Amino acid sequence: MDMTRNYFELFDLEPGFDVDQALLSERYRALQKQWHPDRFAHLSERERRLAVQYTAHINEALATLKSPLRRAQYLLLLAGRDTHGESGAQLDPMFLMQQMELRERLAQASDHADPESELDTLREQADAELRSLLAEFVSLFSHQDLDGAEKVVRKLQFVTKLHKEIELLEDRLLDD
Amino acid sequence: MALLQIAEPGQSAAPHERKLAVGIDLGTTNSLAATVRSGEAQTLADINGEHLLPSVAYYAEDGSVEIGSAAMIHAAEDPYNTIISVKRLMGRGVEDVLSFGDELPYRFAPGEGGMPFIETQAGPRSPVQVSADILRALRVRAEQSLDGVLAGAVITVPAYFDDAQRQATKDAARLAGLNVLRLLNEPTAAAVAYGLDQGDEGVIAIYDLGGGTFDISVLRLSRGVFEVLATGGDSALGGDDFDYALARWMLKESGIELEPNAQQARYLTTLARRVKEQLSAEDCVELVLELDGQSQGLSISREQFDSVIEPLVKKTLRACRRALKDAGVSADEVREVVMVGGSTRVPLVRARVGELFGREPHIEIDPDRVVAIGAALQADVLAGNKPDSEMLLLDVIPLSLGLETMGGLVEKVIHRNTAIPVARGQEFTTYQDGQTAMAIHVVQGERELVTDCRSLARFVLRGIPPMAAGAAKIRVTFQIDADGLLSVSAQELSTGIESSIQVKPSYGLTDNEIAGMLKDSFSHAEEDMAARALREQQVEAGRLVDALEAAMAQDGELLDEQETAALSEAITELRNVAGGGDAAAIEAGVQSLAKLSDEFAARRMDKGIQRALQGHRVDELGKELK
Repeated sequence: MDMTRNYFELFDLEPGFDVDQALLSERYRALQKQWHPDRFAHLSERERRLAVQYTAHINEALATLKSPLRRAQYLLLLAGRDTHGESGAQLDPMFLMQQMELRERLAQASDHADPESELDTLREQADAELRSLLAEFVSLFSHQDLDGAEKVVRKLQFVTKLHKEIELLEDRLLDD
Repeated sequence: MALLQIAEPGQSAAPHERKLAVGIDLGTTNSLAATVRSGEAQTLADINGEHLLPSVAYYAEDGSVEIGSAAMIHAAEDPYNTIISVKRLMGRGVEDVLSFGDELPYRFAPGEGGMPFIETQAGPRSPVQVSADILRALRVRAEQSLDGVLAGAVITVPAYFDDAQRQATKDAARLAGLNVLRLLNEPTAAAVAYGLDQGDEGVIAIYDLGGGTFDISVLRLSRGVFEVLATGGDSALGGDDFDYALARWMLKESGIELEPNAQQARYLTTLARRVKEQLSAEDCVELVLELDGQSQGLSISREQFDSVIEPLVKKTLRACRRALKDAGVSADEVREVVMVGGSTRVPLVRARVGELFGREPHIEIDPDRVVAIGAALQADVLAGNKPDSEMLLLDVIPLSLGLETMGGLVEKVIHRNTAIPVARGQEFTTYQDGQTAMAIHVVQGERELVTDCRSLARFVLRGIPPMAAGAAKIRVTFQIDADGLLSVSAQELSTGIESSIQVKPSYGLTDNEIAGMLKDSFSHAEEDMAARALREQQVEAGRLVDALEAAMAQDGELLDEQETAALSEAITELRNVAGGGDAAAIEAGVQSLAKLSDEFAARRMDKGIQRALQGHRVDELGKELK
C-alpha cells in the first residue's frame, strides 16, 4: 500500500469538501478487507505489524474525511496551510464576544433551573453556528480565498470545542 | 506478541492441516468454550454434559484448586476461599476493589504493583491467577474433547473494558497456556453468532447484560463486514448488582436487624439470585429468610422486584442513548436488536429495551452461549482454517485515551469510538528552562481532570537537551492494535531520543509477579515462556552490543584508554553469556553493560546538545505545554 498518497486518492474520491459518505464508507470497508491484521493473523510477525500500520493509516484517513472540521483542515493542509498549531491570526471581536457569552452560559448551565433545556438551547445555537461556518468555508475555499478559509477553520475549532463541552456536560448530567 | 512466533510441537504448517482453535467466553458468572466442527460452531461440554462452567474457584488448604460446580459447593460456607465474580476485579487497583465493599467479601492484600491479591488458605491469589485457573480448566476440557493441542484461542472481553482490564485478561490467558489469537469484544462476537453476516445489511444493536458487566454496541453490517460504529456501557454493572440490590431490600423488608457478615451476605445474595431467576417466569415468590437464629417469611412480587432494579435498568438505557448518539443513528434506524447475557432474561430488561428501540429484541440463541459461539467462528477464521472467508470485524476503542498536562488536566489524543487499529501522535513541549526529562502519564476516560480518569501508565522520557522552556518538541505516539491494547512511545524530535513502553497498567502485575506465577504454572506454557524470555534477552543483548559498538566507532574520542578497554571487555563478556541458555544471566549482563556505558551515553548526549543548540535563538521561544 502506498502511504504517501493523500486520503482522497487512498479512497479514490474527488478531492473537495463534499464527500459522498456512503461511498467513503464502502471504499473504507473494501480497503479494510484487504489490509486488516486479522487477514494476516496466521502469518509472520512482520506482516502483521505492517498490517497494523496500514490499517491505522486507513482509519486515520477515514476519521479525517468523515469529520467536517477535520476535512476542512485537511483540504487546507493539502493547499499548504497547517491549521493544527496555534496561530497569531486575529479573529473578529464580534465572534469572540459571542463565544465568550456562550461559554459563560455553559459554565452556569448546571445551576440553571432547567439545565437540560438550557443545554438544548446552547447545543442548537452551536449547531447552527457550525452549519453556517461550514457553508462559509465551502464558499471561500472554492474561490481560492485561503486566508479567509483559514480564519473560518479557526472559528470552527472554537465552536467544535464548545460543542464537545456541551456534550460532556450533558453526559455528566445524565450520570447524576 | 513474540509468543506467536514459537511453533508448537507437532504444529508443522502443513497446508491443509486443520488447526484446533476455540472461542472462550470468560464471564463474570459462567465461562464456556466453543469450537467449529464440521462447519458448525458448538459449545464444548464437560464429562457430565455440562456446557457452562461456573466462574468460581475454590482454593483448598493443601494448595489445590477446584473450578466450577465443584468449587461452588463451598461458596456459602467458606466465602473467603471461594472466589466468585473475579472478573469484576480484573485490571483493578486496590482502592477500586475496596470500594466494592461488602459485596465481594474477600480479604485483600496489595501486590508489588498495587494489584490486589486475594488472601486464601492456599496463599495470596491475584485476579489474573484466578482467571487463569478458570481458563486452564477450559483449555484442558477443549484439548480432551478435541483430542489435540490448541493452536490458539479467541477470548472475549466486554466492549467497555479499558486497557488495564484487557491486559489483565490477556495475561490470564498466557498464564493458562493459551495462545491468544485475538481479544474480541463480546457484543461483536454475539453479532457474528447471530449469523447476521449472511447477506444482511444495516444497523443493529447488541444489548449485552451479563453478571457483572454491561455493554451496548451499535454495528453496521455490510457483506460480511461487522463495523462497530459506537460502543458504550459500564464495566461494573450487571445481574450481580440486581442480586445485591434485591438482597438489601429483602433484609430490610424482613425486619431482621443486623449488619451481615461475609457468610450471611453470601447467603442473602444466593437467595436473591434464586428469587430473581424465579421471577422471570412467575409473578410472585414466597420464601423464608433464616438469619442469625431468626426466621421470617417473605413474599416478593414481580412489581416489587422491578422497582428495586429499575434504577439499574435505567442506567443501561442511558448508555444505549449515548451510544446511538455517538454512532450518529437514531433508535428507529436500528433494524435488529440482539440480547446477550443471562441478565437479559429479566422481563423488565426485555420490556425496556424493546420500548427504547421500538421493536422486539432477538432472543433466539441461548444468551449464555451466543458470545462463545461467535468467538469460535472468529477463531476458526484467524487460525487460517477459512481462507476464503469474507468475514471481517472492525472494532472501536471504548474510552478516550489521553495524557496528563499542566494543572492535572487531560489532553485527549484518541477519542472514544475511534476505529482500531489506530496510531496518533501529539506534540508537547517543555515547561521550564533547561528541563531535561518529561514525565508522561497516560490516562483513559472521558473526564477532563486526571483524577477522574483511570491511570494506565507512567513513564519518563529522559535526555531531552536543555533548552529554553517551550523549545523542545516531544512527540508522544499512541498505537492501539486490533485487540484494543495500547503501546506508547515518546520521542524528542531534535535529537531523536526515544522512549517507549508496552503499556502495563499502573496497578498491573509486575514482571516479578508474572515470573513467579509462571514458575507456579505448569504445561507447555512454561517452556514457551522460558524460550520467549531467553529469546527476548538475546535480542536485547544483541541490540545493546550493536548500538554500543556503533557509538564507540563514531565517538570513540570521548573515552579514555581505560574506559575503552573496560567497555570492550564487558561487550565480549555479554556476547559469551548471550550464546548460552540462561536468560537471567543475560539480563544481568545487559544491565551491567548498560550501566557501565551510561557515562559514555551522557557525554555523547552533551555533544549532541552542543550540535542541536547551534543556530537556535533563545528569545523566540517560550511556550507552555500546548
